[in-house]
Amino acid sequence: MSRNLILGGLLTALFLAAAALSFVWTPGDVTAMNIPGRLRPPGGAHLLGTDHFGRDILSMLMVGARTSIAVALVAVGIGLTLGVPLGLAAAAHRGGLVDELISRSSDLIFAFPSLVIAILITAVFGPGAINAILAIGIFNIPVFARLARGAALSLWTREFILAARVAGKSTLRISAEHILPNIANLLIVQSTIQFSLGILAEAGLSYVGLGAQPPVPSWGRMLADAQTLVSLAPHVAVIPGLAIVFMVLGLNLLGDGLRDALDPRLKVLRT
Amino acid sequence: MTFRLTLAAALLGGTAALAQQTDLTIAIQLEPPHLDPTSAAAGAIDSVLYSNVFEGLTRFTGDGAIVPALARTWEISDDGLTYTFHLAEGVVFHDGTTFDAEDVKFSLDRARAEDSTNAQKALFSDIAEVTVIDPATVELTLNAPNGNLLFNLAWGDAVMVAPESIEDIQQTPIGTGPFKFDEWRKGDSVRLVQNADYWGDAPHLTEATFKFISDPTAAFAAMMAQDIDVFSGYPAPENLPQFQGDPRFQVLLGSSEGETILAMNNKQPPFDDPRVREAVAHAIDRQAIIDGAMFGLGTPIGTHFAPHNPDYVDLTGLSPHDPDRARMLLVDAGYAEGFKTTLKLPPPSYARRGGEIIAAQLRNVGIEAEITNLEWAQWLEEVFKGKGYGLTIVSHTEPLDIGIYARPDYYFQYDSQEFRALMTTLNATTDPAARSDMLAEAQTLIARDYVNGFLFQLAFPTVADARIEGLWVNQPTQANPLAQVRWTQ
Repeated sequence: MSRNLILGGLLTALFLAAAALSFVWTPGDVTAMNIPGRLRPPGGAHLLGTDHFGRDILSMLMVGARTSIAVALVAVGIGLTLGVPLGLAAAAHRGGLVDELISRSSDLIFAFPSLVIAILITAVFGPGAINAILAIGIFNIPVFARLARGAALSLWTREFILAARVAGKSTLRISAEHILPNIANLLIVQSTIQFSLGILAEAGLSYVGLGAQPPVPSWGRMLADAQTLVSLAPHVAVIPGLAIVFMVLGLNLLGDGLRDALDPRLKVLRT
Repeated sequence: MTFRLTLAAALLGGTAALAQQTDLTIAIQLEPPHLDPTSAAAGAIDSVLYSNVFEGLTRFTGDGAIVPALARTWEISDDGLTYTFHLAEGVVFHDGTTFDAEDVKFSLDRARAEDSTNAQKALFSDIAEVTVIDPATVELTLNAPNGNLLFNLAWGDAVMVAPESIEDIQQTPIGTGPFKFDEWRKGDSVRLVQNADYWGDAPHLTEATFKFISDPTAAFAAMMAQDIDVFSGYPAPENLPQFQGDPRFQVLLGSSEGETILAMNNKQPPFDDPRVREAVAHAIDRQAIIDGAMFGLGTPIGTHFAPHNPDYVDLTGLSPHDPDRARMLLVDAGYAEGFKTTLKLPPPSYARRGGEIIAAQLRNVGIEAEITNLEWAQWLEEVFKGKGYGLTIVSHTEPLDIGIYARPDYYFQYDSQEFRALMTTLNATTDPAARSDMLAEAQTLIARDYVNGFLFQLAFPTVADARIEGLWVNQPTQANPLAQVRWTQ
């Protein structure tokens, strides 16, 4: 196991655990305001201090992690469940009309800057966590469609697929039973990377006020709320900022490590 | 005495010898949609142009008094129905055309016309006729006595415009003021230059640039870097202590005409029930909102009236913070389990932060207010025009605007025959003592009906370079008159 994999795994696990723990326990109430006790520095009763309403920052981070992870996870899920079948279908009918249609429409979506379109979508349909998920999820579809198509194309020329075809298996069954398991490792690696991008996108959307709405805590809004307070109480901005950095870093390291561990070609190179 | 005079002369000579800075960059939060104060409600237009480019017959001073402007003197007939204004002579518009009684008639007739787009047409509703007596004299005949006429004529919506330049007024405003419009860089700034032909005292500044900065972080950075000399209506109260502690700056803590209210949709259930509105009023802790959202800046109010007005009545005692009473009232009204509603918030921090605090306070008595953050355009469309909301927070910055409660189609939809009758009588009354009594009655009426949650009077902080003087501290109307502003060194 590589160092990247361990470090990335640990960081990711830490945030996942914090998010999971927040369902049953947080150090403080994330909606309870205490104006006189606001902007307390880290330490004492509040491990990471309090924000401008006197809420416990650690608790907000934990619940915020939940929001970020939920949004990013569902967005990746949308990409996987819609993108992968599309990519497989395109590869199965390579060169045909279906392939053209799927490939060109994913090109089309790629032509737009994703975050800008996500902002547009949430601005039109109203801000909120659900719309943020949809906006981020839509851009995950072509990513997975392309990846699946590219990887599947090379598999379709392999002997074991040929054997399956000779045996009379349908295109659909070959895609599901032979192609999919063989590209799973690629999909897993890509998922972790898309997951980290989803976290960033969610933070970006809620930073501009289009993500989860108050009082649901979210990392991006914590940052946005803190920006005029930086000179007054730096921890209010630094802490959610670091949370985003470490979460994204962790997922990227994890993705990197997983690729090293799962990609057979790299394995050959190493040995 | 002679010694003092010589000293003063020496000082004057001394400062004049130094190269005096004569240009000013002043920032405000919002950019005007266009530059015609007589055809839009946007206060940002007046923030730039009032008393700088445009002048009216009368005007506001910084302390809220009404003084002569283009009308130097006037006589009021004994029955209060005829006002004769004597205009300043030798006044020319910035395009060189002369200002006379015909322009007054044109401006007022345009503002009160049937198809007028003036945002405050009610200001002129009592004017029956505008008659030109001679070029320097104009006579206003009223339908009924109106004790507010001179005040009404001081509004930015009642400034004097000319028929020659009215066509392009939205892009090229032509007025009679001490500054001429020079250039508008959309999205950035409006530049004004000194009007050399001004009829009154020449302004100290030769050039003034209004910059539009709505982002609090950008405002802080621009001020700290001294890219701007003045920020009028500084958006982030939490930064003020830093400016106060810095010798380069002065902080003017003024009051505005901004009654900040938690508006309730009086026709939408459950807010059509006065008990529910009263419950909301008791659920609110004003001091927590002022501390939490405004970092302590602001005066609690108990009705829709500015505390610095001599006719203000302190009615905060009618709606003290009392969650138990709020819960009881909800039970009486049949909402023992509480209810759900919407809380739509425009961008300013008083609304966004105040909204989070109010939502928490309402949750405490069982009312679940779902927050939606809106941009101004969306807010105007959905809330102000569409009336599609339960609760919203906004600051009403027009001076003496309690009259909006007499408009049943106004966005909070308060419909009271009694209040309307009171306003009609008030408008027809000129006796100051009787007017005071009626204003007090009006304030009490809306407070007892718990029309809205009355939160606090919005403070108006201005951050400026320490060497500047002559700025308005308070905002009796939204304006930044620069005629008296100068650099002291």
